[in-house]
Amino acid sequence: MIPLSWYLILSALLFCVGTFGVLARRNAVGILMGIELMLNAVNLNLVAFWRYLTPGLIAGQVFTLIVFAVAASEASVGLALIISIYRRRSTVVADEINLMKW
Amino acid sequence: MGDPFGLIGQWLMDLVTGWGMQPVAALTLLRFLGAAILATVLLLACFLLIVAERKLLGRFQDRYGPNRVGPWGVFQTVADFVKLIGKEIVVPDGIDKPVYWLAPLLVVMSVVGIWAVVPFAPGFLGTDLNVGILYIVSVGAIGTLGIIMAGWSSNNKFALLGAFRAVAQLVSYEIPMVLTLLVPTMLAGSMGIAAIVEAQKDMWFITAAPLAALVFLISSVAENGRAPFDLMEGESEIVAGFNIEYGGLAFGMFYVGEFLHAFTVGVLFSTLFLGGWQGPGAEQFPLLGLVYFFAKAFVVWFITVWIRGSFPRVRIDQLLSLNWKFLTPLALLIVSLTAVVDKLAVEQGWSRILALLAANGALFVGTMAVLGAYGRSVRRREERLRATAGGLSTGIAR
Amino acid sequence: MTVLQIVFLVTGFVTLLAGVMVVASPKLVHAALWLIVSLAGVAVLFVLLNANFLAVVQVVVYIGAIAILIIFAVMLTRRVMADTGPTHNPSWWLALISALVLLGGLLALILQVPAFAQAGPTAQPAADSGLSDLGTALVDVNRFLLPFEVASVLLLAALIGAMAIARPADAAEEGGE
Repeated sequence: MIPLSWYLILSALLFCVGTFGVLARRNAVGILMGIELMLNAVNLNLVAFWRYLTPGLIAGQVFTLIVFAVAASEASVGLALIISIYRRRSTVVADEINLMKW
Repeated sequence: MGDPFGLIGQWLMDLVTGWGMQPVAALTLLRFLGAAILATVLLLACFLLIVAERKLLGRFQDRYGPNRVGPWGVFQTVADFVKLIGKEIVVPDGIDKPVYWLAPLLVVMSVVGIWAVVPFAPGFLGTDLNVGILYIVSVGAIGTLGIIMAGWSSNNKFALLGAFRAVAQLVSYEIPMVLTLLVPTMLAGSMGIAAIVEAQKDMWFITAAPLAALVFLISSVAENGRAPFDLMEGESEIVAGFNIEYGGLAFGMFYVGEFLHAFTVGVLFSTLFLGGWQGPGAEQFPLLGLVYFFAKAFVVWFITVWIRGSFPRVRIDQLLSLNWKFLTPLALLIVSLTAVVDKLAVEQGWSRILALLAANGALFVGTMAVLGAYGRSVRRREERLRATAGGLSTGIAR
Repeated sequence: MTVLQIVFLVTGFVTLLAGVMVVASPKLVHAALWLIVSLAGVAVLFVLLNANFLAVVQVVVYIGAIAILIIFAVMLTRRVMADTGPTHNPSWWLALISALVLLGGLLALILQVPAFAQAGPTAQPAADSGLSDLGTALVDVNRFLLPFEVASVLLLAALIGAMAIARPADAAEEGGE
């Protein structure tokens, strides 16, 4: 059978890949894709813990559903922001959106 | 007669384990085989479906359909297929190759995948998922992805515009479809399709939720991209939309996917609202259940072809305003009303169905009243505009 | 090596490979498509974990909505049909090092708990993988009604906010029609 640690290691790897994406990408949409990877890793972690440690308590699945809702809202507002920034400054490269930097 | 499908399945299982395979591997192999057979039968059935639809459309338009190739033209699609295979697939320059070739596969995959959870007869279905309804929605969403991949990878502005409009239509009409799919779920108490068909043993769900069935039919026809919602490939408008740059067999896959989806809409509607394989004697003779299933699916498919032949195409803004201003609020009202009435009418049986029917009727009357008032206000506004403009345009010949 | 282990290893490998392609792909549309592969891989993993409902919700919400939204955003925010300029920061090696350090820390945490290394799950979930319990729990006043309602308010706020933010600027000045 599959030990729980396999799922946790996979989710940790996915989370770190997402972190690299967030830190290394220049394009704002690319950064958002890294964030989605991280949220997926978190979901995987939650469901794995639910299945292995407390399959009787439904809190694990409820948490995951709430994370789905949060990810959906964050993706929609984030992308609306990016499109709005693109309209004004015709760039979505994160380095060039620097009006508020000192 | 017993259970012919169970008998065949058992015989195949014994045969394969007799060759020395492990039971788990044998089961997996048989499942793959079943899926392959189902997909092949479906795609081959399209040959007859397409020519039947063309002949029906012809009759609606007071002409014969194709009637040259074979008796009554039944081999027309075979001839078309041979022609499509023989065509040179002109691959445009500057396309994104993996995305370009993957798109038609995704579109066909999304349609064939729906058939995995549809019960053909008692005990004869691909897999009994307990979240079958949501699975259907999810597989349909993959088709949307295929269309946008097709439009983007073609390196063609018309294709991209067509893909944007198509995705706007598909994503918008998913919402009333999902909402009205909740109604059979509530009436049957389960999301599994087999359970929903079982729950229609005494009375089909269309009697308890006619409005939901109507909204589901409209949104499914729009999801499919058929007339009157066939903006996705309006030949006279946007030069075939997202599949401009596809020729030969690649275009054939989009074509087949669309027609198969039309039949799938009939199958889904008949399974969810018309009782699927239920009918007199279906429990004892599963083959009879199969006959009922296909008969009902064909009736609904005929209705969609009828709709196709009767209505003109709607514009994109009319399409979207129909969805967001009419179907979605109506679907929300239907779901809330069904939930409330279902909770109040506690006993099963006739009184529950009558209460739901009465609620649907009241909602229908209310909707018609609101639509009538809205139509009257629009007409009054137009008359006022015409009255003020008429005084100025007396010199303009009509 | 049981069948389930093989399925898990293949799916995990595909998901990770797709994730790496998401963050490393020079063309953004390709990255978005690899993201879809990764999301589908996670959906398969949910099925392996007996969470069928979450798997289908993952496909519907993530692949059917969020991924399409990301693809739209990528297509609407390009200056020409081809990407221009470097796609990664000049100090991407620093990002790689920090990601690896994070990975090391997480792995150390995971591997030091012996309970996680046990062979398989001990208890079985409910027969319908908790679906009816999930439904009741979300609307039960004593359980998860409040997070459910807060999540719906959040979605409503995001819906209105996204529409307000993404409006073209001239529409607001036109006197509101």
